[in-house]
Amino acid sequence: MSKSLIHARGLTKKFGDFTAVNGIDFDVIKGESFGLLGPNGAGKSTAMRMIGATSQRTSGDLTILDKDPDKFGPQIRAHLGVVPQQDNLDTQLSVVENLYIYGRYFGLSRKFLKGKIEELLSFAQLEEKRNAKVESLSGGMKRRLTIARALVSEPEILMLDEPTTGLDPQARHILWDRLFRLKEDGVTLLITTHFMDEAEQLCDRLVVMDKGAIMAEGSPAQLIKDYSMKEVLELRFGSERNAHMADDLRQLCDRIEELPDRILMYTEDGEELLERVYKKGFHPKTSLVRRSSLEDVFLRLTGRTLID
Amino acid sequence: MSSLQTRQGSLKIVDAARVAARGALFVTEARLRAMVKWLWLIISIAIANPVLYLISIGLGLGSYIDQNTGAMGVDGVSYLTFLAPALLATAAIQGAMDESVYPTLEGFKWNKTFFSMNATPLSGNQIAMGVFYNSLIRTIFTAVLYWLVMLTFGVLDSPRAWFAIFTAIMAGAAFGALMQALAGFLENENVFFTIVERFIIMPLFLFSGTFYPLTNMPIFLQWIGWISPLWHATELGRWLTYGSEISTPMLFLHFIFLNSILIIGLIASRRIFTKRLGK
Ligand SMILES: Nc1ncnc2c1ncn2[C@@H]1O[C@H](COP(=O)(O)OP(=O)(O)OP(=O)(O)O)[C@@H](O)[C@H]1O
Ligand SMILES: [Mg+2]
Repeated sequence: MSKSLIHARGLTKKFGDFTAVNGIDFDVIKGESFGLLGPNGAGKSTAMRMIGATSQRTSGDLTILDKDPDKFGPQIRAHLGVVPQQDNLDTQLSVVENLYIYGRYFGLSRKFLKGKIEELLSFAQLEEKRNAKVESLSGGMKRRLTIARALVSEPEILMLDEPTTGLDPQARHILWDRLFRLKEDGVTLLITTHFMDEAEQLCDRLVVMDKGAIMAEGSPAQLIKDYSMKEVLELRFGSERNAHMADDLRQLCDRIEELPDRILMYTEDGEELLERVYKKGFHPKTSLVRRSSLEDVFLRLTGRTLID
Repeated sequence: MSSLQTRQGSLKIVDAARVAARGALFVTEARLRAMVKWLWLIISIAIANPVLYLISIGLGLGSYIDQNTGAMGVDGVSYLTFLAPALLATAAIQGAMDESVYPTLEGFKWNKTFFSMNATPLSGNQIAMGVFYNSLIRTIFTAVLYWLVMLTFGVLDSPRAWFAIFTAIMAGAAFGALMQALAGFLENENVFFTIVERFIIMPLFLFSGTFYPLTNMPIFLQWIGWISPLWHATELGRWLTYGSEISTPMLFLHFIFLNSILIIGLIASRRIFTKRLGK
């Protein structure tokens, strides 16, 4: 088996005339955690469905576990755990039944599933809801169940499409921790998200996608280094004055981004820049110095914020 | 979320060949679990349906017709004997429809459960077959219960009356498979409920020689019976249960027609399911 578990070249998906994924190239290596980062409509879910060996690609090369999904869909899917963006649980069945039938779809024995289900219930903290109908669960509980369900077959590759949407901060951090541990066990993770902190926390490597294409690729740290500066100074002058101020501030640093509610100034030393701003006689309502993040990388690459 | 125990990994524990061989049955197993939640309703429908029909049409209309037709009856038998195979097939078709149309709409649209099934080693073909097997089980269940009610009412005077169970099941299977394909094909379920139910399914019921022989119908309407699985199953059922007069080629035709619809329905379902899931 070659080193890359997922290999894509010129991967393309069209819906009629519309190109949702436009010739993307990437490799995911065994045991790594790989992210697709991009705004709404970037084509992340569409790419995930092709990699999940369910949606047929329009063109390009794609192999998963060294197999072509067009020919070996079931054999590939046997080793994938899929958490789709939208929960598609069987709402007529109970929590336990959902885990059970999903395990059966992988051909797992009743005996194996009996133990596995207990483990997953505790993993998802749904022991008390074990016999509740899925219909009656809260959004976050459904999400946790969907994630637990994907683990029933102990997949080689775990694919999570916006996994933490709908989770409260605590459940989110616990999931991150859990994903780390799965990674330690050798599970390869493929994650899409539009949360910067999630991408930075979880991904060894990621691609930034926009409008179906890959804009950049690398580790979070490398991307920040390549496409942004070390620190960001955020200034707010009030929505009317921001635009007006931006022109005057431009002379103080190399790069400046103007957002509707604030101005971002990129620099190696934020505090020092802030001092210069005051010295020049500018008086922002609020100011904040922070480290550059993937959000800034994205802004640089696309001229837009991730979550508008 | 707590930690998981020792991991063996899917390469060890998942047997794709086993799913390839038996996947459809796993789908049926899941569908059965969902269906059993409605068991009381399914049983109520399966019993109330024949009881109401037998009281209103059978006893009311039937005794009226029997009085007026005299010793000859309808087609040479009592009206209820004439009616029984048609009623049975109608009930079987309704049961089959419930268990093929709703799960298909739910699986593709309402809950998208087919997409979650398809993320496992299950194929579109297996999902289609699994749903069909489940609707077949419902069809058999409905037909047998209906027949038992008729037995209790003492309306089955022919010793061969129970043969009608088989023709009813054939009708249900054929119609169910076809409607499953159609429900999978029509991405807008409103089209199904407004157009298909009213303008296709209702006429098929009304013009299938259910309440009187198809030949009583004006010739320009008889073609509706000809394309209706209900008519073919009813004709077969009448022959089997009381030996209605029918030529051998016609017998074959009925039999072949029903099986062709079944096969076409299944092939179409499999293709449509696979295609829609692979979008
Ligand atoms: N089945 C479909 N038919 C037609 N167009 C589609 C289909 N699925 C997705 N698209 C289009 O493809 C584009 C990419 O959609 P996709 O769901 O992959 O985006 P995404 O990156 O996952 O976005 P989000 O962050 O909102 O989940 C969108 O413009 C969407 O409208
Ligand atoms: Mg998406």
